[in-house]
Amino acid sequence: MIPHSDPVLEAATTGGSLLVLALVVPLVGVLLAFAAGGRQVERIALATMPLGLAIAVAIAVVMGQTRAPLVYLLGAWAPPLGVALRADGLSAVMMAITALVICAIGVFAHADFRTPAGSLEARAPFAFWILLLAIWGALNTVFLAGDLFTLYVALELVTFAAVPLVCLDGRAETLQAALRYLLFALLGSVLYLVGTVLLYGAYGTLDIVLLSRRVHPDAATLVAAALMTVGLLAKTAVFPLHLWLPPAHAGAPAAGSAVLSALVVKASFFIVVRLWFDVMPGLPGFTAAQLLAGLGGAAIAFGSIVALRQERLKLLIAYSTLAQIGYLFLMFPLAFNAGSAQLESGGALTGGLLQTISHATAKAAMFMAAGLIYAGLGHDRITGLGGVARALPLSVLAFAAGGVALVGVPPSGAYLAKELLLQAAGETEQWWWAAVIQAGGIFTAGYLVLVLAHALAPADEPVTLQVRVPWTREAAALALALCSLVLGLAPWEAYLPASRAAPSGPLVLKAFAAAFWPIVGGAVLAVLLGRWGKRLACAPAGFLVATAGPLRRAADVVGRIIERADGTLRQWPAAGLSLLVLAILFGAAMLPAR
Amino acid sequence: MSAVTIFGLCAAAAVGLGLYGLITNPQPLRKILAFNLLGSGVFLVFGVVARRGAASGFGGDPVPQALVITGIVVAFSATALAVALLLRLFQATGSATLRAEAPPRTGSDATAA
Repeated sequence: MIPHSDPVLEAATTGGSLLVLALVVPLVGVLLAFAAGGRQVERIALATMPLGLAIAVAIAVVMGQTRAPLVYLLGAWAPPLGVALRADGLSAVMMAITALVICAIGVFAHADFRTPAGSLEARAPFAFWILLLAIWGALNTVFLAGDLFTLYVALELVTFAAVPLVCLDGRAETLQAALRYLLFALLGSVLYLVGTVLLYGAYGTLDIVLLSRRVHPDAATLVAAALMTVGLLAKTAVFPLHLWLPPAHAGAPAAGSAVLSALVVKASFFIVVRLWFDVMPGLPGFTAAQLLAGLGGAAIAFGSIVALRQERLKLLIAYSTLAQIGYLFLMFPLAFNAGSAQLESGGALTGGLLQTISHATAKAAMFMAAGLIYAGLGHDRITGLGGVARALPLSVLAFAAGGVALVGVPPSGAYLAKELLLQAAGETEQWWWAAVIQAGGIFTAGYLVLVLAHALAPADEPVTLQVRVPWTREAAALALALCSLVLGLAPWEAYLPASRAAPSGPLVLKAFAAAFWPIVGGAVLAVLLGRWGKRLACAPAGFLVATAGPLRRAADVVGRIIERADGTLRQWPAAGLSLLVLAILFGAAMLPAR
Repeated sequence: MSAVTIFGLCAAAAVGLGLYGLITNPQPLRKILAFNLLGSGVFLVFGVVARRGAASGFGGDPVPQALVITGIVVAFSATALAVALLLRLFQATGSATLRAEAPPRTGSDATAA
């Protein structure tokens, strides 16, 4: 494992200049693309991608060899006077996955956003490629920043690059979604900024390593921690602060949704991890960690149920993102060591981070597949998906592989993550989170079964594709999904804390056992809560559904109530009030830790 | 009451007013203005922190001033982006409100969605 915060970080390390390259290359791409204009933008972006991927891989390789964090001091000024860039194991893993997802999205988006010779230059391709590179550069800044203010600037850069992606097509509802997203994100980042000021006022530095040595639980620090946490939660769209996410993620073009859902929400999540694990591991305490994971658990139940009731595939995936984000927050109480009263960077953190990167790859693949299905059919109504598996087999396969990877079938990253989290839940004797983790897998299987049941069903009339879907686009989606499916085999011990539990027994049997119960549970959920249209009459599930009639009606009532609650929570005043209440709750929950 | 305290109270008032406006006003333009008020309050806190850190004989701690300039640039860009989006929204729909947004509810009762 690479130590999290090395005591001696006042000097730059060899390989530190790679970190600068990781920031500079995408941003130089942005500037060049601006200067070169419409026709060259795509070429510049596509040329930058392998370069950025190579840099990310080089950083991971150097770190794997030296087994130490990489540090670069800007202008050779050491903190607290200067600003440091630091890459630890978490940063290296996140940067590598980001580069991978961005490159796959580049291949995928090539067909949507190109400017063929002889056609007029359009605004959307120009904006898309520049924004994609800008998001990449900003994300790398988030992963490398060594102080809280650089993190603030990076977070804002991510938001500014992500918001226009939502409204690339310029329709009124996507403009509204973008504006909502921007305004709510600004509220979140201002709260983060207030926390930053308070910390600077109390300790005279914002450097993460220096702060972690100086920080102690006084009033200003608690207020700062609560405000920063809540601000970041608003940007991550944790339930109940998710008013902006469903319209933004469902309205963006497929490539944009993939970036937003796979990568952009992970930026603020990553900063929460930095804050809680690196800056102030001893501050939040048991109660606050329970509260944070409680929000995550609520997000899982709420997001999944609303997802199952959606009519459109993209909205279903958007709401499932809400649930998966909740899943990420389950690691916080499991990392809490009651003995030292600190959050420990151990197996739970590794599990949470593995879940993050599994979700990044799988969800990007699923949004791409949904985009291809939308392009092929001309709609994405779930009840109208019949026959699509025959027309677009690779896309449906990519969707299925991404979903299966998220359910947690070995050797997927989500499987390893689940094992680590369950192990941590056992060690810290928090059985209730083990139950929530299992429930998360079942809910994920629920919407997978629902979509696949429709997609695999025979068509009422032969499906004619509206456009020809090039195989490269399907291959990009499938490659990411398969990547998520084998993520558990990668050598994580070099980068992430805690070793992997050695897989025992034949893998096939294990895979079957790990997948069986969630999928059965998921099928039940899908039958109870999903929309089936007239598909029920013929499908073999019809019998099942008919027998479950009374239960289905009860589930429908529950679903409606939850949907109505979702509608209320996604109003501004409700979301704003939740934000303030959560800030107070977090402040109060951190008090007993003093 | 020292100048630092007065500035601190003013900052708190600006933050409170901005927060209230941002949450309760339905008009996006007012929300943008409220965000700027909120931001100004936070920048004032930066000023207070700079003065308090100046006890060691300096006229003021320079670091918060450097931070506040960056913060102002960020807030300015955010405002520009928000206003640009608002203008496009106005061009597209003829009204500049977020309220008209029909939440993408797809309950069995919401046939309009």
